[in-house]
Parts: sequence; C-alpha cells; structure tokens
Amino acid sequence: MNVVVCVKQIPDPADPGALNPDHTLKRDGKLILDESDSYGVEMALQLVDAAGGGEVTLVSMAPNAETAGLRTALAMGAAKAILVSDEALKGSDALGTAKVLAKAISRVDAPDLVMTATESSDGYTGTVPEQIAGLLDLPSVTFAKHIEVSDGTLKVQRQTELGYDEVTCPLPALVSVTAGVVEPRYPSFKGIMAAKSKPVDQVTVADLGLDAGEVGWGGAAQEIVSVEPAPERKAGEIIEDDGEAHHKIVEFLDGLKVL
Amino acid sequence: MTLSKIWVHAESTDGTVKPTTLEMLTKARELGGTVEAFHAGPDGEQIAGTLGAHGATKVLCAGDLGGGAVGVNLANALAAAIGSQGAPDLVMFATSYDGRDAAARLSVKLDKPVLTNGTDVAEEDGSVVVIEPIFGGTQLVKTRFTAGTPQIVLLRPKSFVAEESGGGPAEVQTIEVPDGGAAAAARVVDRHVEETSGPKLDEAAIVVSGGRGLGEAAKYDMIEQLAKLLKGAPGASRAIVDAGWVPYSYQVGQTGKVVKPTVYIAAGISGATQHMVGMKGSKNIVAINKDPEAPILSIADLGIVGDVHKVLPKLIEALQSR
Repeated sequence: MNVVVCVKQIPDPADPGALNPDHTLKRDGKLILDESDSYGVEMALQLVDAAGGGEVTLVSMAPNAETAGLRTALAMGAAKAILVSDEALKGSDALGTAKVLAKAISRVDAPDLVMTATESSDGYTGTVPEQIAGLLDLPSVTFAKHIEVSDGTLKVQRQTELGYDEVTCPLPALVSVTAGVVEPRYPSFKGIMAAKSKPVDQVTVADLGLDAGEVGWGGAAQEIVSVEPAPERKAGEIIEDDGEAHHKIVEFLDGLKVL
Repeated sequence: MTLSKIWVHAESTDGTVKPTTLEMLTKARELGGTVEAFHAGPDGEQIAGTLGAHGATKVLCAGDLGGGAVGVNLANALAAAIGSQGAPDLVMFATSYDGRDAAARLSVKLDKPVLTNGTDVAEEDGSVVVIEPIFGGTQLVKTRFTAGTPQIVLLRPKSFVAEESGGGPAEVQTIEVPDGGAAAAARVVDRHVEETSGPKLDEAAIVVSGGRGLGEAAKYDMIEQLAKLLKGAPGASRAIVDAGWVPYSYQVGQTGKVVKPTVYIAAGISGATQHMVGMKGSKNIVAINKDPEAPILSIADLGIVGDVHKVLPKLIEALQSR
C-alpha cells in the first residue's frame, strides 16, 4: 500500500506570528512540521505496516527549499518527499495550493491513499483537502478519527457534531485526519540519521506543468483590502490567590446573576 | 448596489435547522435582494417553514443522498443548478464538517476561491468582502473577491444574531444530484450519536473549560463537576483533547467549537491563539492560571493568579454549600 501524506512546514506556533508588508505570513525563519500533520504521517506509516508493504511519500510546498519539517517526517519513517518550492508560489491561496499539491501527488506512482490534516495550524482554511480530492477526482472522507483498511476498502469513523459516522470508501481515496487519530511516534536517533540521506525531490511550478499565472498572487482570485487591529477587550481585574480567591469568583458570578 | 441573489447552505438534523443556518439567512437578508437556501438530506420539506420564516424564499433540495457524502454531491448539484439557472452573487456556507467539504468541492467545480473563517461579510464597491480574524483574533483581515460570481464564503458560527423575517414557508424546489462517479463513492453506513447530558457546549450560558494546567486527565472531573453545579457545559483546550483526556467534541477554539456564553471560565488554560479565537466573544471571562504572564489573563474580566488544584476544589465547595 502506497500512501501520500501532504505535510506543511510552518513557522513555530509558539512564536508570535507576523505579516510581511504584502500581508503574507512571515515564513522566513526556521519552519517546522505542522503538528497537525504528524498524525497523518503516523497513520500512514501504520497503514503501510499493516498492509505488509509499500511506502509513505511526503508532498509539501514551501518557500526557500525548506526541508526542516520534511526531515522530521522522514525521520518518523516516510520513505521520500516531493517538495515544491518556487518564488512564483508566493501569495497562493487555498485553491492555488491545492492545484500545486494535486500536481505533485500525480508524480507519485499509483498512490492508494492521499492523507492530509483537516487544516493547517497557520492558515487554517480547511478547504485544501477537499480541493485536492476534487482536482484529482477522488472520493474522500474528512475528519477521520479512526481508520482501517481491508480488501481495498477504507473504513473510517468520521467526526460529526453529534458523534461520528461510520463511512466506507473504496481506494484510491483521500482522507483528512483529526488530531488524536493515532499517537505520533517520536523520531528515533536512528530515524533522524537515516532521514538525512532520504531523497527529497525538489520541483518547480514549471516542472509540475502549471502556468505561473495559475498560482501565487496572480492565481489567487482574491485580494487583501486591509489588515487592522481588532477592538481589544477591556482589561479586567487580576488578583493573586491568597487562599480566598474562590469567594471573588462566587461574588463575580453573583453579580452577573447566573447562580 | 446590493447583491441580487444569495444562496445559503441550510443544515438540519431530523427537521431541526441548525442555528448557524438561521444566522446566515439573517445576514443574507441584510445584503441581498433574493435569499434562497439549499439543502441535502431527507428533511427538506420539513424545514421549509423555518427557512422561510428567516427570509429564504426558496429552498433548493438535493434530497436524501442515501449515505453519499454531502460535500461532493451537494457541490455537484449546485454546479448543475448554476449551469441551468445561473449563478447567485454569493454562496454562504457555515464552517461545519459538511459546509467546509461542500464549499471546497464547489470551489474546484467552478474554479473559484473560497474565503474562509469569515466573521463578517459585506458588499463594498460592487464586490463581496469578508472579515477574517487572525493571530488569535487580535487582527482583522479584510479580503475581496476578484474573480466574479459566485463568490463563495465559509462563515464561522455565532458571527450573526438570527432574527425572523416574518416570511411564509420557502418554496421547495428539487435540484438534481448528478452521478458523481468514483469521486462520490464514499458511503455512510452507520451513524453514532454520543450521549451527552446537560446543555450543549455551543449553546450553554456558562462554559467551564480545562487545559494542560490540570496536570492529569483525572483532574478533569473538577471541570465537569463545576460545569454541572453552574448548569453549564464542560469544554477543553486543544492540548488536552490531543492528549486524549477528553473527546474532540469538547474542544473550544479555532479547530473546535466557537462559544459565546454569558460566562466562560478557563481553568489551567494559558490562552494559545488557537483557543482564544473560539472563546474571545464570551460576554464575561474568568481565568485561573498560575502563570501571571498567561495570555488568557489579558482578556479576562476576572483573572486569578493561582493554582487550579487549590482554587477549583474551594470554588466547588463554596457553590455546593449555597
């Protein structure tokens, strides 16, 4: 079983985010593997393992030929990666990103399954997985919280507002996974060493057969009008607990007449 | 110029329309000349009254999909309807499981962008603009469509207040669901409803949420106990959902539920961007955190710098003795 996992390399969410003058997110520092994607990588590794053969290929789009996050996923056990890096991609919107990823996935020989997170932690449009499925004309199951494969069919528990749906879907297909679908492994020392020599195929927009005008700013059929600070909440009262702070909370709730 | 026609995704469960649908219909009425709903599911006829009462003149019904995925099938049906009766100026979806799927599939069918995570939508100089909060809601981005109609938006729940228009039932019009072929091969074979007691997280007047500061899964009991005493709902930060302490349905935040209760109590939650987006709109915020630098304290109406393991048991005891 061959699985392609789409992974995003993002600025460390622990650092405060910032925008460039053109309103794109600053991505010039070190990028890391989006934690949301580590679940898909782990799930893919386990499915390949359970199938008794095949491999996991990573697909990513990032500026400056960034591979730090890819190396993390390769260290977990993915076999290889395709990285699309090109100045022309700057300013790409979700649909443009999906077009690039779909083309990159098409370079992989006969994948049985394409896996993504439900959304990235920095852009969080949450539309890219279904856009990729649409572009590749694949069936899909989103928000998977449990996945099994048997006889070429996926059995997925799909998160819903009220609980979950049991969904079956023939392969090839695309699945987006929620955090918690599996517990991602920590890369071992051996894995980290091995990852250094695993192949990362770096390609450009032209290599994918896409016109530069379809992606980046030119392809994004939207423009940012303005970015403004949101109205701030009025600062409240901060007190240090001296053992009696719970009275203060009761008093506060009383004042609101909610008790 | 107002928008001449707007389509709104109507979502329902067993004949009950979801609040987000009614919120969007109310907003659409303010923006557009004609407001129509579209719907997939067996209960289209049943909800026509409620949709009409909130301003929809018509409901385009894709009908029961027989277990087929809503995303791909509804998008195919909408694309076909646009082909036969023309495109609306704007198509509104809610940021929900099916809403996101359908909006994304439709965007590919029509090769149009989707503007996502909107908390407001307006018409400016003839095109639609969407407001999206970023960086934990500290900044607001306004984005405009430049690709003509239909403009597709995904709007966050609780962005608008639903109000009735006094309109009669929406006219039910069946729309065809074209055969989606292999791309529509996923099938729902069973539905599981998780039993919950007490008010729903996104409807409760009081929400009590716990985070990593609780230290261990067993301590989440304190959150449930406090929520019960206050007749509220228990919630959680992403950190403890990812850690497996509580189910995903408890999660408040960017990837979880948006809540706007009268009182939000955050216990042992530092206030990551991802969490703040989901609860910043609460009317009153009480935060308990031992770190005086925790971002959550900067938006709290009442902030307690203290240990949740000491404050919560005393608070629970004080409430029990009332």
